[in-house]
Amino acid sequence: MPLSKDELLKAYRMMKTIREFEERLHVEFATGEIPGFVHLYAGEEASATGFCMHLDDRDKIASNHRGHGHSIGKGCDVDAMMAEIYGRGNGLCGGKGGSMHIADLSKGMMGANGIVGGGSPLACGAALAAKQLGTGGVAISFFGDGASNQGTSMESLNLASVWNLPCIFVVENNGYAEATSSKYSVACDDAADRASAFNMPGVVVDGHDFFAVYEAAGEAVKRAREGKGPTLIECKLNRYYGHFEGDAQTYRGKDEVKNLRATIDCLDRFRAKVTSADLLSEAELDVIDGEVAALIDGSVEKAKAAPMPAPAELLTDVYISY
Amino acid sequence: MARNISYQQAIGEALAQEMERDETVILMGEDVAGGAGSPGEDDAWGGVLGVTKGLYGKFGDRVMDTPITESAFIGAAVGAATSGLRPVAELMFIDFMGVCFDQMFNQAAKFRYMFGGNAETPVVIRTMYGAGFRAAAQHSQCLYPVFTHIPGLKVVTPSTPYDAKGLLIQSIRDNDPVIFCEHKALYTLEGDVPEEAYAIPFGEANVTREGDDVTIVTLGRMLHVAHEAADALAKEKISCEVVDLRTTSPMDTDTIIESVENTGRLVVLDESHPRCSIATDVSAIVAQEAFGALKAPIRMVTAPHVPVPFAENLEDLYIPDAGQVQQAVRTVMGKD
Repeated sequence: MPLSKDELLKAYRMMKTIREFEERLHVEFATGEIPGFVHLYAGEEASATGFCMHLDDRDKIASNHRGHGHSIGKGCDVDAMMAEIYGRGNGLCGGKGGSMHIADLSKGMMGANGIVGGGSPLACGAALAAKQLGTGGVAISFFGDGASNQGTSMESLNLASVWNLPCIFVVENNGYAEATSSKYSVACDDAADRASAFNMPGVVVDGHDFFAVYEAAGEAVKRAREGKGPTLIECKLNRYYGHFEGDAQTYRGKDEVKNLRATIDCLDRFRAKVTSADLLSEAELDVIDGEVAALIDGSVEKAKAAPMPAPAELLTDVYISY
Repeated sequence: MARNISYQQAIGEALAQEMERDETVILMGEDVAGGAGSPGEDDAWGGVLGVTKGLYGKFGDRVMDTPITESAFIGAAVGAATSGLRPVAELMFIDFMGVCFDQMFNQAAKFRYMFGGNAETPVVIRTMYGAGFRAAAQHSQCLYPVFTHIPGLKVVTPSTPYDAKGLLIQSIRDNDPVIFCEHKALYTLEGDVPEEAYAIPFGEANVTREGDDVTIVTLGRMLHVAHEAADALAKEKISCEVVDLRTTSPMDTDTIIESVENTGRLVVLDESHPRCSIATDVSAIVAQEAFGALKAPIRMVTAPHVPVPFAENLEDLYIPDAGQVQQAVRTVMGKD
């Protein structure tokens, strides 16, 4: 199914919003104003977008520590996300979660996750609920090459296959688990090779190519919705920043990121493809660029001005009283 | 109408009644049906101790055998709980939390707080604990203090068939994650249990015996050891009040303090280890809140700080008994 013009605009806006959000966080983090650990998704936008473009309100995603892109993709409010990352009382989680725990269950975003490999069992549960309740929904777990080696990942692949769950496992292989190369830490050639051991399709896709991701994701979502079970998809991609903000990235090659940005950038590739095919014009994309820049400017400004959580909030939101 | 049924039957009945009442309640665990994919009976086991026997026949695919994969299925229960189901997952032995603890304490326990109040996780993890079965160090522990330490988890330790049914029904209806701890030596214990469904609220300790001289605070299987000791001490004209905590989180500190203010003496009896346990917790609360009422130092009766041994004579020595409780009571009475 070719994408309509509106869908193309939506996809570009999603990718650009993620990029601007992350680039701006990189700048703002350096000023010292943002507390805690921040892991940026810049460079990987085509993956979150390629999948989330297929999802609707029935569907749920479990994310990881590098979760801003997935959160934006699943429709979390950008202002509320920014406020959360600044630890403000009006943040998406009231300032109690921060970057690593952004969640909005009302949008089907089950949470970023501070535990590597923590999300896939949860996604199995969301998929089980969709199956039992007959909602037609699917669940996606996004995790990295590092988490792909965790026992929880293997267990979840097995369980999803045994229970024939509408669950999609997306390995976003950005080449490094913290500082350790996936060439060293992943025993098979491709993390997707493991799918065959769990009797499900395993797909490797160029994670810098939105259209390739979108197509692979569409097949997996369709398969899940039709009750045909789980799929494992590995997106080969790269991150433009360190494991966390403040990481000097001495483990990376000289000019590695500079070359990546110059040659395989997912936004550049999207723009080149849609303009050369006359699907969208440069001007239409430029308008989105401007709107997104204003959105992110506004979100940072509002977050900085927002009040901290009230001290009484320390003791709320734990245990439901009855 | 109350009948005499076992702790095991009371738990099975609570599950069946809640599954009847609410179709979002599902069960999962290793061999909770027993027989999935095998040539024999579909409902061969009903859990390793038969607690869930018969439920597969009644509820079909709402009773799900899992692979032996605790992290995945406990996590799936947690994820399903945030997505519209009310799963009851059986973690066969509490000791196995060692392979899936992340899903309980980093995921389920944290969601509500970490997500700013915008999450409910109505999951129950039923699990078997306690010594006395010659099951040795990896199948006999009393790990409820570990769960009690974690904000966000509720921890339940029923001591009788009546409490087992009422507290399990409350656990399933509760919107927080609940760790429901069943002592393996209690499954055959019989007692009066109403046929109809009823819920016992959390955080309400049960004064199972009134007395004037000493308060014995205890929980789970040790309740029965406390009563055995209290019966023997009555012959020595020592009057014991026995408080069964029922839930360690939330903990009913009011009832504990009120009782100690009346008796002036406290013995805490806990089958768990002595460090960072329910015994130390109750002792600290009383020392802080009711020190002025104490006529003697608090005594704790616990298992020793060693793993649970295998040999019969050693395991029998390991488990706190009525003799130790009687000795502790005599000590706080100044009669040793």
